[in-house]
Amino acid sequence: MPSLGADMDAGTLVQWMIKPGDAVKRGQVVAVVETQKGAIDVEIWEDGTIDQLVVETGKKVPVGEVLALLHASGETAAAPPAKPAAGSRPGPAAPAKPRVEAVSPVATGMARGRISPAARKLAEELGLDIDSVRPADPDGVVSRADVERAAAMKAAPAPAADARPVAADWHAQMRKAIAAAMSRSKREIPHYYLATDIDVTKVTDWLASENLKRGVAERLLPVVPLMKAVALALREVPELNGFWTAEGYKPSPAVHLGMAIALRGGGLVAPAIHDADKKGLDLLMADLRDLITRVRGGRLRSSEMSDPTVTLTNLGDQGVEGVFAVIYPPQVAIVGLGKITDRPRVEGGAVVTRKVLTATLAADHRVSDGHRGAVFLATVGRLLQDPEKLL
Amino acid sequence: MTARTREAIRAAIFAVLGEIAPEADPAAIAADQPLRDQIDIDSFDFLNVIIRLHETLGVDIPEKDYAELLTLNGALDYLARRCGAS
Repeated sequence: MPSLGADMDAGTLVQWMIKPGDAVKRGQVVAVVETQKGAIDVEIWEDGTIDQLVVETGKKVPVGEVLALLHASGETAAAPPAKPAAGSRPGPAAPAKPRVEAVSPVATGMARGRISPAARKLAEELGLDIDSVRPADPDGVVSRADVERAAAMKAAPAPAADARPVAADWHAQMRKAIAAAMSRSKREIPHYYLATDIDVTKVTDWLASENLKRGVAERLLPVVPLMKAVALALREVPELNGFWTAEGYKPSPAVHLGMAIALRGGGLVAPAIHDADKKGLDLLMADLRDLITRVRGGRLRSSEMSDPTVTLTNLGDQGVEGVFAVIYPPQVAIVGLGKITDRPRVEGGAVVTRKVLTATLAADHRVSDGHRGAVFLATVGRLLQDPEKLL
Repeated sequence: MTARTREAIRAAIFAVLGEIAPEADPAAIAADQPLRDQIDIDSFDFLNVIIRLHETLGVDIPEKDYAELLTLNGALDYLARRCGAS
């Protein structure tokens, strides 16, 4: 039973998504656990085959209890020892990418890591168990940013039905987590800001024609080709896609696009759409739909909160023309999209109406300079002139 | 597609809005004002409204007609016309 916060000492196993003999992949959701903060999808962190489901559905068990046993790929079922499966993840074998999870050391068997005094102090202020926080760099020190992200993750999942009795407290916790992260960002990250107007007439026309061929449920939202263009452009400017750590900047080989999603009733989360640069528009749309539905229904996965390598915020729906956003540490950039509007442009000496979008970038000056940021925005604009290639 | 009364269509619209924005009070919705402003729905929610209306009423609403559904009255008129409401 994973710990999803310092205040969680037990959880109820609601549903198994797997059965003995099933092959499981790293990151697969294998169970649903009910906590005081709602239903949480429990992911598995190792490839293998399930040997045994130890805990029955409906049973409440303490944090650290083994939920299931698996044998890893390459091992046989008989090869001892079977490894605790659901709810646990290997500490030293964890991938070398930033990750913060409120996973109990009891469950993981992890040795207690190094913790910065500032992180310890912040955890106390936020009421978070510092021992439950993992550093972004598996070999590094638990930092303030790690604590802030763990606090945000702890506050995020809250299904509407279950939120009512604790809504005020939950919103207060989320506000506190956002305040801590944003204050640190403004205090420590030397932001620079760029804005550019992008002619999106071609992609808008293409999308209208594409959606005309599609049934209602298969239509693409205007933000989807924009997401793809942003993700592809990040490949060309890797200084914007990664994490600032105690050892300096660590670019990410993968583009995990954090989508800023407003929660009904207030608050904000920015979970990841993984490998957004490698996905087609239909898959991005499906992932976005799935993500928003689960965010608003309180069924977020912990990895989605910890994996974003960059954030995209789209406030065009509210009529905003330009967004000058605050970077979410330890990320080093955030991209803002405004409303698509009809604006006059001069083409061939004549004034014509074009669909125009203001795209912005807030980036960390420790990692990149304005020139590289400008290259990024120009690349986004260029990619959007050839929408069929985004498919 | 079966003909429906305007009241049945109104009830269907409220049911869908209730799913998308459960905290919204249907009685407080001004019928001639944009729904998006009153119940804080974004483009994703709006698409879900269109999908659910399609599922409930069997009406395929093309994207070019979305502007007709921005207010409660507009949606009611549009869907009544498309459903052949009495």
